[in-house]
Amino acid sequence: MVAVNGFIKDFGWPRIIIGLFLLALFIAAPFFGVRLDTSLNDVIVRFGMSAIMVLSMVPMIQSGCGLNFGVPVGLVAGMMGAVVSLEFNLTGMPGVALAIVIGLIVAAVFGFFYGVLLNHVKGDEMIIATYVGFSFVFFMNMMWLILPFKNPASVQGFKGEGLRVTISVEEYWYHQISDIFKITFSKYLTVPTGMLIAFAIMAFLVWLFFKTKTGTAVTAVGSNPDFARASGISIDKMRIISVMLSTMIAAVGMVVYQQSFGFIQMYNSPLAFVFPSVAAILLGGASVNKASISNVIIGTLLFQGILTMTPSVINSAISIDVSEIIRIIVTNGLIVYALTRKAR
Amino acid sequence: MNIDKRKMSRLLTGSVVPLMFLIISIIAIPLSHYTGGYLLDQVVTRLVRNSFLVLALLLPVMAGMGINFGMVLGAMAGQIGLIFITDWGVKGAPGLLLAAIIATPIAMVLGYFGGIVLNRAKGREMITSMMLGLFIAGIYQFFLLYLCGSIVPFKNAGILLSRGYGVRNAINLDVAKGFDNILLLKLGTVSLPLATFAIIGLICVFTLWFKKTKLGQDMRAVGQEMHVSSTAGIDVEKTRIQSIVISTVLACYGQIIYLQNIGTLNTYNGADQAALFAAAALLVGGATVSKATIPNAIIGTALFHLMFIVMPIAGKTITGSAMLGEYFRMFISYGVVTLALVLHSWKRQKDKDNDRMSLRGVTEVAPIKSI
Repeated sequence: MVAVNGFIKDFGWPRIIIGLFLLALFIAAPFFGVRLDTSLNDVIVRFGMSAIMVLSMVPMIQSGCGLNFGVPVGLVAGMMGAVVSLEFNLTGMPGVALAIVIGLIVAAVFGFFYGVLLNHVKGDEMIIATYVGFSFVFFMNMMWLILPFKNPASVQGFKGEGLRVTISVEEYWYHQISDIFKITFSKYLTVPTGMLIAFAIMAFLVWLFFKTKTGTAVTAVGSNPDFARASGISIDKMRIISVMLSTMIAAVGMVVYQQSFGFIQMYNSPLAFVFPSVAAILLGGASVNKASISNVIIGTLLFQGILTMTPSVINSAISIDVSEIIRIIVTNGLIVYALTRKAR
Repeated sequence: MNIDKRKMSRLLTGSVVPLMFLIISIIAIPLSHYTGGYLLDQVVTRLVRNSFLVLALLLPVMAGMGINFGMVLGAMAGQIGLIFITDWGVKGAPGLLLAAIIATPIAMVLGYFGGIVLNRAKGREMITSMMLGLFIAGIYQFFLLYLCGSIVPFKNAGILLSRGYGVRNAINLDVAKGFDNILLLKLGTVSLPLATFAIIGLICVFTLWFKKTKLGQDMRAVGQEMHVSSTAGIDVEKTRIQSIVISTVLACYGQIIYLQNIGTLNTYNGADQAALFAAAALLVGGATVSKATIPNAIIGTALFHLMFIVMPIAGKTITGSAMLGEYFRMFISYGVVTLALVLHSWKRQKDKDNDRMSLRGVTEVAPIKSI
């Protein structure tokens, strides 16, 4: 009994409830005529699309900057990389590679300033990051209209200037990463191996980073700033490194998402990723000041599982579309739960 | 010299946001080609609409809980009240009063819940209250979309969706201008709804009076230093909950006043922006996260909405693109909240560093002697 209680405490009630709920959905699915392989396919694809974004939460949580509600800063860098890559008219692998490289460079610059800003507001990072994310997206919205993009595929047709709301990458680098070594099981189940490999590489790099001297220092800053200072670690520098890293991972995540989705969504789209990404890592068992790679994997699987299964199963079961509301309640409820847990 | 520098920097950080707004508005007004009369009328309308909501934010700031982004809980309660009286067909000012009576207990329960949640998240109240608002918005939507008309009886089919249950996205309120039309004074192009102003005046008086009561003083003490207040015998947790409950109830009345002026209720998206715009208006008025006054709220509302009115047209005149003005407006709304939060937090951190330095005996950073 003690062991069970300990397990429940370790694992957390929300994770158990949502895990069981997801299991129930998978069991119930065949009875309502929902194909299991389609569902599985959707879950895997969506896992691949969003896992890197969720991964981008890890460095900042580890360095004590809290949940990265300012993830749009990195996502915007990824969008920038994608549209600039389109300007060069590169197709196939070079196109997507260029998008990632430019995204990384832009994200490094943005991340540096974002990190400097967050260093000045220690203790209030989360609320300020949220608002930085929002205002930055609207600032970039103006930029998307003003900056001189020329590629007819990406600018608004009738004016020839200002980017479209959604830009198709169908003819450029659609599924370029997803389709590497892809395994087709049936008409309904295709595993986008490339995307999973991309996530594995990123996760491995993050894991490796936290094994290095700098990475250990970042963790030390997050777990005990005073101790870190006493042992001669520059807190501000470590925090900037972690923020830059988070921002750069988010930029890569955005490009990977776009190549799988087939469209670059411009303007307000980054805002739609903020709370789901935060909720996913929390669902995986992360707290406001501690996160690991396994949190990312478990959390993204569970969260995307819920997102995929609720519309199909519940709608077929009771023919009422409550999935959107379940999504809102689960996402925001998880974040409130995590914020109210006694930390430290 | 040192004193001057510190005073100057305090004055500057205190008024940099309002000054910036004044400058932006002064540049934008001629570009928008609006007449003075029209602008004045618009600003008066916005004051009627929004100042009550902004005033609802004052108490939690005093209790040291920052901007209560959870005021949307109250706004949602107010909307539920309005939906019910619209269903029952009660019109005019009595309808609004009835809506307020229905909404008050809902707002109190939600506020109490919010207070408990925020007590568990000390030090990060603002982000938690914001997420709480989004979380309750999910439950609010569930209530209105699935329970209303199916479990909760509705007699007026006109406000239900065509499928038979669930409230429509937009509802025309029968109680529109219920308070505004009681005593409407026309001065040229400017119309002054005196009754609504009286209500807003009343809440200002209430706030002033409340600060002087025992509870008000307790809240201030808690806002200054939680630990000391606790040892002085103040029930910190309870006081904080009370401040949130009052704020939520006021926000509920504020939303009712706001909607009676607008006349249509945007059922599902209306409340979301309420907290953002109220917070932005308060901060534009020169308030900080730890200090906000009634003049901050009123001046801020006027300035913020002045910019809101002129910016899209001004943006269009400058750049030829209406979308750009719209994005700029949103950027400014979020940007001003960001800026105010950053300035406040930055200052607090600097104070803390100074304290640490002075403990070490380094005096040049914090020249305490010269005060």
